[in-house]
Amino acid sequence: MNILADFPISLIVLCSGFGLILLGLWGMLTQRHLIRIIIGFSLMDTGIHMVMVSIGYVTGGTAPIINDAVPMSEAVNMVVDPVPSALVLTAIVIGLGVTAVMLSFAVRIHRAHKTLMIDKLTESKW
Amino acid sequence: MIKRMFIFIMLALMAFIFFNLASNYTESDSLSKLGQYYVEKGPQEIGAPNLVTAVVVTYRGLDTLGEVTVLFISAAGVGLLLRRSRRKQDEQTKKSDITHKAASEIVETATELLLPMIILFGIYVFMNGHLSPGGGFQGGAIIASGTMFLLLALPESHLSRLMIAVTESLSGFSYVVVGVLGVIWAGGFLDNRFMELGTYGDLFSAGAIPLIYTFVGLKVGFELSAVLDRFRQEESGSA
Repeated sequence: MNILADFPISLIVLCSGFGLILLGLWGMLTQRHLIRIIIGFSLMDTGIHMVMVSIGYVTGGTAPIINDAVPMSEAVNMVVDPVPSALVLTAIVIGLGVTAVMLSFAVRIHRAHKTLMIDKLTESKW
Repeated sequence: MIKRMFIFIMLALMAFIFFNLASNYTESDSLSKLGQYYVEKGPQEIGAPNLVTAVVVTYRGLDTLGEVTVLFISAAGVGLLLRRSRRKQDEQTKKSDITHKAASEIVETATELLLPMIILFGIYVFMNGHLSPGGGFQGGAIIASGTMFLLLALPESHLSRLMIAVTESLSGFSYVVVGVLGVIWAGGFLDNRFMELGTYGDLFSAGAIPLIYTFVGLKVGFELSAVLDRFRQEESGSA
């Protein structure tokens, strides 16, 4: 715990995000099963979201919502950047849509070939 | 083997890039200029205490419209990819009638008790999107999770395709209409100030934001429900 305390919190989130991106890329490149490839994509997506959120962090900042604890006049010095949060909100929804379309393609492939292993799908091989 | 080497080298290079980025990273101690503007001017201009909502719905409203469009296209794509011919579907429903076992009374009662609460919570989350954490997309996702719950607990329950399509189209259309009203009566497309800003911090304040988020919430909730329903039919079809 002491070692972790030396690093700023956003750096930890940033490194976890980078780790997830690498893990997802590794999964997408090495796995032969379509569902596992889609899981790899989802992991990479989540990693990118974490990197984006961590970039918007301001030391000691809190959520950008004005209330009793965060008065309007002092909000500039108290909150994190709202722009990356808004962008990540968009990115999460679009990632969800892409994953849904990928899964339905997987369903179609399974319907046609009765398998999800990409080695067996020989007509797309060159 | 060579392929594995390539993958390994590529990942190592990516890791090197990420390491350089992370080692040069310093946490910022103040907002960026853009963020500063939004935090300073947002509450007065837009009237929404939740600044992320102010950015999502008004300052970057066009992005959100694009996002809703992407979600709509992907839902339509799922529907197109997973459709079946009518004759086949009838055969399968005949087959699935035999295989399905009715849910127990405990599951049924719990579903009837919990489902309205889940949907009510979803509505609460998107109605309060401008005041507290949450918003149209989050509320819509909660409503879709209620649909998921229904489909898991009572697999034979039937969702009306027509109702889903009509609600979805109407809320999407109304969203664009509200955006255009902003052009006519206020500063530009998706400007929320054509309605009274109201008392700061009230449920019906921040101009058109609650209205927009209601439409977005309904649209997202019904769209995701339709996607879940498509996958459910696929599952029961192959059983």
